[in-house]
Amino acid sequence: MHSKNAQPYLKVRNLTKKFGKFTALKDISLDILENEFVCFLGPSGCGKTTLLRAIAGLDIQTYGSISQGGKDISSLPPSERDFGIVFQSYALFPNLTVTRNVAVGLENMGIGALKVQQRVDELLTLVDLMDQKAKYPAQLSGGQQQRVALARAMATSPGLLLLDEPLSALDAKVRGHLRHEIKELQRKFAVTTIMVTHDQEEALTMADRIVVMDNGVIEQIGNPEEIYSSPKTKFVADFVGTMNFLPAIILSTNTAQVGDIFLTCNTEDLPVGSSISIAIRPEDIDARNTTNSDSNIVQIEVLHLEFLGSFCRATLGHGDLKDVSMRADFSISITRQLSIKVGSKLKVSLPSKYIRIYLTD
Amino acid sequence: MTKNIKISSIVKQKSSRDDLTMRVCMLVIGLFLAIAIILPLYTMFSKSLENKVGDFIGISNYIDYFSTPSLFQSAYNSILISVIGTIIVLLFAFVYAYALTRTQMPFKWFFKIVAVIPLLTPSMLSGISLVYWFGNQGVAKSFLMGESIFGPIGIVMGSVYWVFPHALMIIITALSITDARLYEAAAALRTSKIKTFFMVTIPNCKFGLISAGFVVFTLIFTDFGVPKVIGGSYNVLATDIYKQVIGQQNFQMGAVVAVILLTPAIAAFSVDRFVQRKQVALISASAVPYEPKKSNRLDLAMLIFCSFVAFLIICMIGMAQYAALIEFWPYNLSFTLQNYNFDLVEGGGWGAYFNSIQLSVYTALIGSIVIFFGAYLVEKGRGFSFGRNAFHAVAMIPLAVPGMALGLAYIFFFNNPNNPLSFLYGTMGILVISTITHFYTVSHLTATTALKQMDQEFESVSASLKTPFFRSFQKITVPICMPAILDISVYLFLNAMTTVSAVIFLYSANTRLASVAVLNMDDQGELAMAAAMAMMIAYTCGGVRILYAIGTSNILAKTQKWRSK
Repeated sequence: MHSKNAQPYLKVRNLTKKFGKFTALKDISLDILENEFVCFLGPSGCGKTTLLRAIAGLDIQTYGSISQGGKDISSLPPSERDFGIVFQSYALFPNLTVTRNVAVGLENMGIGALKVQQRVDELLTLVDLMDQKAKYPAQLSGGQQQRVALARAMATSPGLLLLDEPLSALDAKVRGHLRHEIKELQRKFAVTTIMVTHDQEEALTMADRIVVMDNGVIEQIGNPEEIYSSPKTKFVADFVGTMNFLPAIILSTNTAQVGDIFLTCNTEDLPVGSSISIAIRPEDIDARNTTNSDSNIVQIEVLHLEFLGSFCRATLGHGDLKDVSMRADFSISITRQLSIKVGSKLKVSLPSKYIRIYLTD
Repeated sequence: MTKNIKISSIVKQKSSRDDLTMRVCMLVIGLFLAIAIILPLYTMFSKSLENKVGDFIGISNYIDYFSTPSLFQSAYNSILISVIGTIIVLLFAFVYAYALTRTQMPFKWFFKIVAVIPLLTPSMLSGISLVYWFGNQGVAKSFLMGESIFGPIGIVMGSVYWVFPHALMIIITALSITDARLYEAAAALRTSKIKTFFMVTIPNCKFGLISAGFVVFTLIFTDFGVPKVIGGSYNVLATDIYKQVIGQQNFQMGAVVAVILLTPAIAAFSVDRFVQRKQVALISASAVPYEPKKSNRLDLAMLIFCSFVAFLIICMIGMAQYAALIEFWPYNLSFTLQNYNFDLVEGGGWGAYFNSIQLSVYTALIGSIVIFFGAYLVEKGRGFSFGRNAFHAVAMIPLAVPGMALGLAYIFFFNNPNNPLSFLYGTMGILVISTITHFYTVSHLTATTALKQMDQEFESVSASLKTPFFRSFQKITVPICMPAILDISVYLFLNAMTTVSAVIFLYSANTRLASVAVLNMDDQGELAMAAAMAMMIAYTCGGVRILYAIGTSNILAKTQKWRSK
C-alpha cells in the first residue's frame, strides 16, 4: 500500500521524555506516512500517550526531534503546530452548542461567517449530526459527543489527526460501531491519523500499522497481521491476543523439550541448552489433524472447559505435558464431534509452523 | 539518516505569543501581590527589630515584650480564650452539622439560613448584644451569677457566636463527603450504631474537624472586634496592638505584637494546608452519597438541639435589633428610629455607611476579576512552572496574616514618604487593596477549585484550534466558572462590609467605614447607635445574600441546558 521511497509525513527521531528521574520515553524513532492510520498500542504507563502529547507539543520531549510535512516542529508550542485532537473526555465546550463547538476553530481563521456556516454544515452532515446541531453537548449521547469532537478536530482540515483513547469512555456496543465509523471518516478526510489505545482489538481492526509500546520503548511496528501472527518479542506475543507460553529447553537444532515430549520448531540459531518459551495461540492447537506424524502430537487431558458461545476454551494438561498446562480453543462442532468434556483424554497437534519461540530471561 | 543529534541538547519549547502574554499578565498580578503583602510584611518585621529612631537593635523589642508582665499576660489570655472558644464552637458546630447532613430532622432549610446570620454582621455586633443581655443593666445579668460579662466570659460568648458558621461550613463539607457503602458494610457486619459512629463517621471527618479547629482558633485568636467591645480590662493580643499603636503611638512594640500574633496563625495555617491535602485522598470516585434514614428519636433530639442553637443566634441578633430601635435602655423602651440618625454623633455618620458600600462594591468587582484571572493564569498557563508555583505560594500567605497585622504592616509600608506609593495612604484605594489582599487566599482557592474541575484538555483543544487564550477565557472559562466567580464576589462584598481589623489602621477622615463607626460609637458610649449601625451592615449583607441567591438560581436556570446535573 505504501511505496518504500515515499517521504514520511511525520518523522520522530531519538525522542526521550523524562519526568524528573522517571524516563517515560526512551530514544523513540518512528516514521509515519501520509494518510496512514497508525495506532500506538500498549498497557497503561507504556508511554503511548506521552508520545502522542509530545507530537502535539502539549508535553514537550526532553531530547529528540519531530518533523511534520518536512518542517521541524520539535520546539513549537501546540498553537503553532498543525493538528486536530480528540480526547477520551472529548473536552467539548459545555456552554457552546454543537454548531458553535465545531465553528470555534474556523472562527479563528478569519474566514467569513457564511463560509464558517457552510463548513460546519458540511462536517455535521459527514458525521451525521445535522439534526442535533442546536443541542448542547450534555444533551447528546456519548457516541454523538464523540462525533462532534471529531468534527471539531477536523474543521480546520489539519494535516494530522490525534486520537487519545477516543473510544474508551463508551460502552462496548457503541464502541464497535464507532470503530468502523472513525475509520470510514479517516478515509474520507484522507488525514494522517495517530490513535492511542490500550485495546488491542481496536488497534487490530482500525490501524494500517500498529506501534506496540512497553516501558517507554517501541517493541514492534507492523501491520495488524504481522503483529498478530509474528510477534517479535514475548511482550508483544503476550499483549496482543491470547498466547500459551510453555517452558522448554532446546535439545538440538529445531527440537525442544516440554514436559515429557519433544516438539519440532524453528529454533533459529539459539544455542542448544537454552531455556525458552514455546508460544502458540489457543486457536492454532488442532484436535482433528492428529494423524500426520510431523505435527507435534501431544497426549493430553482436558482439565477445565469454558463455554464461550461460539467456541469452547479448554485448559489442557497432564499426559505428556506433566504439570505444564495450556489453553486451546475448539469450535463447538469439534467439541461435539470429539465429545470433549472435562476429563477427556485427547491427542492434539501443535503445528510447528504456528510455534514461535522466545528466550526466557 | 542523520544520527548526529547530541543527547545533551535538551529541547526547550518556544513560547507562543499567548504564553508570553499570560506570563506578563501573571507578573503584573504577582507584582501587585508582592506590593500588597510581601513588602508590607517585610517592613513590619524589620520595624519590630528597630528602636524608635529607626536603628537596628536586634530582638531587644521582643525581650522587652516578654519581660513586661502585662503584655505577656495578653498572649496568655489570647491563647486561653481561643482554646476554650474553639472547643465550644467545635462541639456545637459538629452536632449542628451532623443534624443537617446525617439525619432526617425537619426544617433543615430554616436551620441552614439561621446558621448563616453571624456571617452577615461585624463581629462587634455580638459584643454589643451581650452588653444588653448581660451588661450592668442587662436583662439576663443574673444568669452570670455575679460574674462580669466584660472579660473572658463575654469574649468567649461573642466569639463563639460569630465564628460558628465558619466551623459549621467546614464540618458540613467534611460530613457530606462520605461513602454510603461504608455504612452498609458496617451494618452488614452487625456493627452497632455507636460503634459505627466512632469507627466510620469520626475517622471520616477527622481532617475536617482538625481543619475547622485550626480555622476557628485563628479567627478567635486574631479577632479584634469582640474583645474591643466586651473585653473590658481583659487584654488580648489584638487589642494590645491597637493600644500600642493608636493609644501610645509605640509602633515598634505594635510591630512586635503583630509578629507574635502572626506565629500561631502561620502554624495553624500550615497544619490546615497539610490536613487539606490529606483529605483529598479519602474519597474515591466510586463513592455513593449517604442518604440519612428516618429515626424518630434521633431526629427529635437533633431538632431540639438545633432549635436551641438557632434560638441563641436569633437572641443575639434580635437583641441588637431591639436595642437599635428603642429610645433609652433600660429607662425608656418606646420605639424610635433616632438611633439611625448617625450624623448626630462623631464617628462618620451615614457617610461611613456609604463609604463601606463603596469599599465593598470596589472590592467585590476588582477583587473577583483580579483574583479569578490570577488563578486562571496559574492554573491554565503553560510552562513557566517556577513562576506559577511562586504565584500560588504567595497567594496563600494572606490567609495566615491576621487583619491587625496586615493593617499595621500597611501603615509602615505606605506611610513612608520615601515610598512612591505613599500617595495611596489615607485613600479609598488603600482600603480596597488591603481588603482584597486580606481575603485573597480563600477567593483564590475557590477559583482554583472551580478551574480544576474543568476538563484539563480544554486548553489543549483551544491551542490545537488556534484560539487565542483571552478568547477561550472569555467564551469558555468565564461562563463555566460563573457560579464560582459570583461566589467570590459575594464573599468579598460581605467581608469588606463587616471587616474591621485591617481597615481600623487605614481609614482617614474621608474614608470612615461603617464597621469602624460601630467601634467608635461604642467607644463614645453610644451603644444603641452602634447597634443600629451594625444592623445597617446586617441588612445590607442580608440583602446581598438574597440577591446572590436569586442571581445564582437565574444563571443556573438559564444555563441548565448545558450544565449537567
